[in-house]
Amino acid sequence: MGYTITEKILMAHTELKDIAPGQLINARVDIALGNDITAPIAIREFRAAGGKEVFDRDRVALVLDHFTPNKDINSAQQCKTVREFAFEHGITHFYEGGQVGVEHALLPEKGIVLPGDLVIGADSHTCTYGALGAFATGVGSTDLAAAMLTGELWFKVPQSIKFVIYGKLRKWVSGKDLILNIIGRIGVDGALYQAMEFTGETVAALPMADRLSMANMAIEAGAKNGIFPPDAVTGEYVSPRAGRPYTLYASDPDAVYARTIEIDAGALEPQVAFPHLPSNVRGVSEAGHVKIDQSLIGSCTNGRIEDLRIAAGILKNRKASPSVRLIVVPATPLIYRQAMHEGLLDIFMDANAVISPPSCGACLGGHLGILADGETSIATTNRNFVGRMGHPNSEVYLASPAVAAASAVLGRIASPEEL
Amino acid sequence: MIFKGNVWKFGDNIDTDAIIPARYLNTSDPAQLARHCMEDADPDFVNRMKPGDIIVGGENFGCGSSREHAPIAIKAAGISCVVAKSFARIFYRNAFNMGLPIFESAALADAIADGKEIAIDSAGGTITVSGSGRTFTISPIPPFMEQLIADGGLMRHIAKTRK
Repeated sequence: MGYTITEKILMAHTELKDIAPGQLINARVDIALGNDITAPIAIREFRAAGGKEVFDRDRVALVLDHFTPNKDINSAQQCKTVREFAFEHGITHFYEGGQVGVEHALLPEKGIVLPGDLVIGADSHTCTYGALGAFATGVGSTDLAAAMLTGELWFKVPQSIKFVIYGKLRKWVSGKDLILNIIGRIGVDGALYQAMEFTGETVAALPMADRLSMANMAIEAGAKNGIFPPDAVTGEYVSPRAGRPYTLYASDPDAVYARTIEIDAGALEPQVAFPHLPSNVRGVSEAGHVKIDQSLIGSCTNGRIEDLRIAAGILKNRKASPSVRLIVVPATPLIYRQAMHEGLLDIFMDANAVISPPSCGACLGGHLGILADGETSIATTNRNFVGRMGHPNSEVYLASPAVAAASAVLGRIASPEEL
Repeated sequence: MIFKGNVWKFGDNIDTDAIIPARYLNTSDPAQLARHCMEDADPDFVNRMKPGDIIVGGENFGCGSSREHAPIAIKAAGISCVVAKSFARIFYRNAFNMGLPIFESAALADAIADGKEIAIDSAGGTITVSGSGRTFTISPIPPFMEQLIADGGLMRHIAKTRK
């Protein structure tokens, strides 16, 4: 009986000769990630356990991206805690200030996470790196403390769901729309404790940016990880960035899946997730008249250069509706610079957008884009829970950069086709 | 161990933004987090709950963000344990790792009314409703997880096993 790619990667990080779903294992960790919200607790736990050295200073990544640039005194204290720890332990991958980007855009971009890796992060969207053919999963701060100390962590081997996606995507339909559609089909706990393996001709044709968007939102279906079989697209993305060897794994033809879900993506239109769950999904043509106060284009889901190019293509020679605050957040300094050189920032500024520094702030209702009582935002982010972006009576609709840009222009949720 | 307290009932998909909104994540101090526990699901919760009370949730309790601040806020507020139909996986690991007792019982979550008193016998694997005496079964916990609880959480377990 064969193994899935998830099972193979987990097994390769143990001494085991066989592995099965449901089994509890201890596995070696290649990269352990924390941010300014989650790392302070991990550092406290690390020290309380008598930790003197991290297991490998090249294998810990600390990224101050959530409440930065520091939003208040408490946030500044949290960053200070992490910074002092990073300097004390000589952490190689420590990022803040002008070097910081949204962690799940930054780590793949810098080649810190690679195919075949086992990555844990004290951030639920760590599952993003599955786009590269890595096993990557979100954990808590105590887990991060344990991994920083020992280089290992406990895992329950997940069952896998195989998604076979076929059909040519229509214009304006992206990886974001695919994953929203999938979450709408299976629900926010449709893949609870399981791996989501994305395959099929549509997936094979997807650029890396779209794969990263899709793997990013596996957690919104409750999954432990989302994963793409590495292929030529992976190789093209990874080979110029990798500073160490990596391994490409593939599922065996006789691997066992909990279930297989086939999706014809050829008929799909752009998708919108209504409040207050990412599974509350409709086609944009069925959205009705939803007036918006804010449009947020950015985040670990959709803040990459490809996303900004799509948004700029729609916003060129247009302006955001006077009733809409348009906020664009390039996810990393490199993306920011690319957007500047390509003239995208001019397009955004001409459209009356605010261009934010790279930060997670607005997405999680931290800062740099908070909603007031009764306000509505369309956002290219990943969560629309109650109070996610501000006041508990505010509302968030999730969509692609194309829909968010078109909606900013028209002042209501809209398809780019309407422009 | 026996956990006895009044039930605070919540629905399905209670996310960690509802348990502890991100606007309070500029601290990890348990006492400060406790003041905002469950705020976006029930703004009056912390004023009305009593130490030892029990949260009962539906499916996928604790979904969303990985913030360990969520189980920390629940524990520091004085909630003795959480029962749910199912738990989101990061919340599940966090609870065991940091020592918040959690139990799965779909039947109890369906049957119990808000405000009822229940007693959970973690060793016996049962939940008894005070008054009616009706009992429910808890889904068994894997031996490794039991060991984590016995050792007082993941870091103490590691400290013990590394020596």
